[in-house]
Amino acid sequence: MSNASASAVLELRGVTKTYHVKQGLFGTARPLTAVNDVSLSLPRGEVLGLVGESGCGKSTLAKILLGLEAPTAGQVLVDGEEIGAQDRMTLARRIQPIFQDPYSSLNPRKSIFDIVSLPLRVHGIGDRAHWEKEVRSILDIVGLPARVMNTFPSQMSGGQRQRVAIARALIMKPEIVICDEPTSALDVSVQSQILNLLGDLRSEFGLTYLFISHDLAVVEHLATRVAVMYLGRIVEEAGVAGLFDEAAHPYTQALLKSVLTPEPGLGVPDTQLGMAYPNPIDPPSGCHFHPRCPMATELCKTTAPRPVETPGGRVECHLHDPQSPMHNPKAA
Amino acid sequence: MENPLLSVRNLTLDIPVGGGTLHAVRGIDFDLMRGETLCIVGESGSGKSLTSLALMGLLGKTIRRSADRMDFDGTDILTAKPRAMRALRGDRMAMIFQEPMTSLNPAYTIGDQLTEALLLHKSVGREAARERAIELLEKVGITAARSRLGQYPHQLSGGLRQRVMIAMALMCEPELIIADEPTTALDVTIQAQILRLLYDLGREMNMAMILITHDLGVVARVADKVAVMYAGELVETGPATDVFNTPSHPYTRGLLRCIPQPGKTERGSTLGTIPGIVPSLIGDVQGCAFRTRCPFAQAECKADIPRREEGTHMFRCIHPDGKRHAEEEVTA
Repeated sequence: MSNASASAVLELRGVTKTYHVKQGLFGTARPLTAVNDVSLSLPRGEVLGLVGESGCGKSTLAKILLGLEAPTAGQVLVDGEEIGAQDRMTLARRIQPIFQDPYSSLNPRKSIFDIVSLPLRVHGIGDRAHWEKEVRSILDIVGLPARVMNTFPSQMSGGQRQRVAIARALIMKPEIVICDEPTSALDVSVQSQILNLLGDLRSEFGLTYLFISHDLAVVEHLATRVAVMYLGRIVEEAGVAGLFDEAAHPYTQALLKSVLTPEPGLGVPDTQLGMAYPNPIDPPSGCHFHPRCPMATELCKTTAPRPVETPGGRVECHLHDPQSPMHNPKAA
Repeated sequence: MENPLLSVRNLTLDIPVGGGTLHAVRGIDFDLMRGETLCIVGESGSGKSLTSLALMGLLGKTIRRSADRMDFDGTDILTAKPRAMRALRGDRMAMIFQEPMTSLNPAYTIGDQLTEALLLHKSVGREAARERAIELLEKVGITAARSRLGQYPHQLSGGLRQRVMIAMALMCEPELIIADEPTTALDVTIQAQILRLLYDLGREMNMAMILITHDLGVVARVADKVAVMYAGELVETGPATDVFNTPSHPYTRGLLRCIPQPGKTERGSTLGTIPGIVPSLIGDVQGCAFRTRCPFAQAECKADIPRREEGTHMFRCIHPDGKRHAEEEVTA
């Protein structure tokens, strides 16, 4: 997909992050691969949904993109330029985060004006009059009245706080926004307001989002592409329609099955996944997913599947690999 | 006809605060039969968690509780002495709390915490109690159950701790389980499995359950009866199929429009919102508490709102064409 990477505002090539974790007081450090050879490309203006269970490496990936962690191997390119080569300040102008919990991501002792104007002050842009003008305009855009400038986070509701966090992320006019579970701490009526706001802002400013969430209904609603992560690897990536209508990987299928839509009488689905998410320090051999996969065979226990192109994206599963003896896309 | 296991009439909870009295729960009624699952759904601050604590007799001393009737299988919970309540709690009624991270005692082993209630309430020996604990841990899907008994909460993952909490609640085979957001902190895959487990165990032991949640998907899939709570009041109650298929209170309909529903909501479309905020419940609250946010509000909404009943489906709204609106919105 050479033309896709040409227009990609954000590209990951073989990004790997390995931590060394000591177990017990006298244990020797063992490697834990939180992100394992991830390649993704995010075209300008798209929303890439990143889904997976806790511990799969979603948040580590977000930290790498924000420049908060350096990848052990691989490259992250923003507009074709490697982020390692750019300093933190330049990177922060282009990529901004919105975090999950608006209760802990805002400093309780700073006024809303201080919080929202901080990026401008850090980057030394303009004077106080300019900051006020900018804060006023961005607060208006995110749907907060200008009078909240002098209030503190404790005086605000969860939804208002998340609007403040969005205002802070957008005041530098970034190109890419990393949304890490931006609505999971909010009530449903507030969640829908924030999701609508994120959708409007995207079209207004031409933003590109990486949208991390465990709520698949929300991802389906907002994302244009979706990547499914399991134990540090992207096991499937496709356009939103392709992934939700014709999921290829058995793990994606299980995730989709576990979505509880508000339809009475359907009961709770049996995902057949088994309870245990494997310990990332001791990942299963072969295909990492094989112990929980209803389709697993001997081959899956020994050999990791290679990524294969699908009509709409990419998948790592023997069932979809034409060169694999297991090849049988219909069975999945 | 069989008598309900739990019968509550006009339960009212008042909290004295600086500026007067906060009417947190304002006269709620419900009945629960043996083996039945009631879901109380509502947003933060609606009073649903306080209601569950009031039933368990675990309210703080400053909260004033009153009711016309609070009957648990012939025992009046309202007037029961602390000693009588202690005899009920953990034995015939048990609670599963929201946060498995903070509701287990970090200083005691899983085994100690699991067996405590059984040793207290039933005349069983330590060995028999441990066997029962192992049996239940296996039932909730925990592998190597015997070795888990000696472990401390910090050695278990969030999903495992939540399952320990469930096993603990089941130790004495209670007739009533109250679960406050039991799956909110968990991954969707684990959520589906825990709900299935609770559902199956409930059927197997003919256990009644009150499930408190803000997730309409969960409600639709497990509830026999639904109670929608807003600003301390039950605004709509009824069989799950009635409440979801013909939602009659504007708040219920608003909530359903806020969530993206896979297969129904158009991807990327604007979601429904409920404008405004929850009113203050300090001082006198008159008329419909939802009227400030309701698209159908009219002058009559300021007066007391009578209950409208259609069979077992009840809602508090005076708009005679509420049902018609509901149908229009569904087809729109």
